[in-house]
Amino acid sequence: MKIAVPSEGKQMDSPVNRSFGRTPCFIVADTETGDFKVIDNEAAAAQGGAGIKAAQAIVDSGAGAVVTFHCGENAAEVLNAAGIRLWKAVPGTVADMADAWKNGTLAELSEIHAGYHGHG
Amino acid sequence: MKQLVVLSGKGGTGKTTVASSLIRLCGSKVYADCDVEAPNLHQIFAGKEQPEEKPYFGLKKAVLNTKACTGCGRCEDSCRFGAITNGSVNPYECEGCGVCEAVCPARDGDGRPAIRLEDRTSGKTMLFHTEAGLFSTAQLQIGSGASGRLVSEVRANLYGAASKEPLAILDGSPGIGCPVVASITGTDLVLIVAEPSLSGFHDMKRVLETARRFGAKAAACINKYDVCTEISQKIESFCLREQIPLVGKIPFDPAVAEAVNSGKTVVDNAGSEAGKAIRQIWEQVYPMLMDENIEKGV
Amino acid sequence: MPDTTVMVEGGEMRIAVLSGKGGTGKTFLSVNLAAAAKDAAYVDCDVEEPNGFLFLKPEIEKEESVEVAVPEIDESACDGCRSCVRFCRFNALAFLKGKPRVFPELCHSCGGCSLLCPKEAIRERKRAVGVIEHGRAGGVSFLSGTLNSGEATGVPIIRQMIREIPAAPVTVIDCPPGSSCSVMESIKGADFCLLVTEPTLFGLENLKLVLQLARTFHKPCAIVVNKATDSTKMMEAAAREFQIPIFARIPYDAELARASAQGNLAAGRETFRPIFLNLLETLKGSEEKEA
Repeated sequence: MKIAVPSEGKQMDSPVNRSFGRTPCFIVADTETGDFKVIDNEAAAAQGGAGIKAAQAIVDSGAGAVVTFHCGENAAEVLNAAGIRLWKAVPGTVADMADAWKNGTLAELSEIHAGYHGHG
Repeated sequence: MKQLVVLSGKGGTGKTTVASSLIRLCGSKVYADCDVEAPNLHQIFAGKEQPEEKPYFGLKKAVLNTKACTGCGRCEDSCRFGAITNGSVNPYECEGCGVCEAVCPARDGDGRPAIRLEDRTSGKTMLFHTEAGLFSTAQLQIGSGASGRLVSEVRANLYGAASKEPLAILDGSPGIGCPVVASITGTDLVLIVAEPSLSGFHDMKRVLETARRFGAKAAACINKYDVCTEISQKIESFCLREQIPLVGKIPFDPAVAEAVNSGKTVVDNAGSEAGKAIRQIWEQVYPMLMDENIEKGV
Repeated sequence: MPDTTVMVEGGEMRIAVLSGKGGTGKTFLSVNLAAAAKDAAYVDCDVEEPNGFLFLKPEIEKEESVEVAVPEIDESACDGCRSCVRFCRFNALAFLKGKPRVFPELCHSCGGCSLLCPKEAIRERKRAVGVIEHGRAGGVSFLSGTLNSGEATGVPIIRQMIREIPAAPVTVIDCPPGSSCSVMESIKGADFCLLVTEPTLFGLENLKLVLQLARTFHKPCAIVVNKATDSTKMMEAAAREFQIPIFARIPYDAELARASAQGNLAAGRETFRPIFLNLLETLKGSEEKEA
């Protein structure tokens, strides 16, 4: 399974970013092979609809799950429609999230916040 | 970093007066003005130092290359915003949608359409490093839309430069729209400065609704409470009913205008009644802000 | 930049009241000016926080919805080429399971997606973003817009209201605070801009901003100092510097503040009525001079 994590940097030991739509990049990690790729988040500078644009990039990357602290309504709608499940991040690195996901210790992200009208 | 944002809904209720005083009282080293359309906090805290300035690019706008344009008029016909007339673009009307670029059949020497969207500065952010601390602010150019993202940039500049500081105070934006949402997201506590007037009360309810939508914890205070004690009482009962802690009541005090006009905060004048009231507010707010059990807003 | 000034025929005059900073008394001045003029129209363009109704207490005669166009995908005609999704600068379209999905609240109604669709699979439908109320308060025709909570921009509502202003010798346009596109939209059709300010450094700073806005659109303008005190001298110096007249000074008065807080008009009071009547006379005089 490929999991996508908003990340502050481009390595597996980068901390998870607190924002979904405005994160500088996402790391898509393959939990079986240990491979990963970095997706620059073009939505970070978007005027509006950053969540949708970021979610679209994740859908297009082929990820099957997202581990994040927060997620807005619009982004969640895109991810849900693509069958991507959302898990709640805990403080730590991207690698920690991948391990936690594998070990099944993450909780499902239940709180989806109201949209930011594209300016979050 | 703990973050307190001061909001009001309606403008002119004393948001900046309260925010500037709290900045002084808490000894915070980091603070920001999120009222990017009409900033004022810099008049107290900017100091004389030159700020670090960055241009802010808002929406892209259409730019016409008159040499490559054949005058076919397709862009003008297709623009829903009436932004193109007689071969010239009115940047105040242009929404940056790109329809003109998509329909333009003419090409310049490099094969690009004769009308294209280009980045356009629509304001600037400023970061002041003063003796008192780090102050982040911005100014949106007049007639520019979409100030929400500029607010986000003001905040990002602040954290970027001072993420290790324990406390930041933000002077929020008026209204309930995008800039307010951008001011609220991720803060620990929203302090609403209400004014005892029908409109002040009405707008306070609206901004509280917005704060709740984003899961932010809120407290309220009443400024100039003695201007209309009847409405002040209504606000008090409202807070009680809605379980919003009322952290203080500030009397009308000419010392406020005096302080503003001399570039000071009200609490700099230790004897003033308004200053005393704001001190009491801070004593109430501080423990709420530092309470580890409060859930951070999204 | 084209001159956007609309010359109103038959001695009609449209006055926009703006202030930059909120809470300086825009609505206070606007409602009282309209009430003092008697035969007037009042337009509340502060669609995020409309407050004029609290003072004028109009009888609402009609309510209309303000709608914008948003795309609707005909999935049977769509072949999933994704050109609409690629085109949309506002990220109002996402591409999911081979088809576009619309996020209407992000749409700016530019029409680009339907224009570019090679299969003509995109139609447009109407979506409500707010309401306009039409009413009367004595001799004042009342128009007020309210933006639905969660919507990004009030410009479509303001634009529609300005189109629907009824004929009246005097129209007062109560603008939103700030200096953004919604303020611009509100002053577009105005003959004159009144810049309300309070005599503080904050007031002065924000006055400069709105003055710049009014001048960008080539509007004649004047200052009204609200809550005037001894420090009004500062505003007088600024008025000289910017070469802009001060048309009125409304003194700070505890009784007036209390009455306003409770939504009572000042124009009905003997002590304050002359201020608004004189201001109207000055405005009319200045218009004749302009003409």
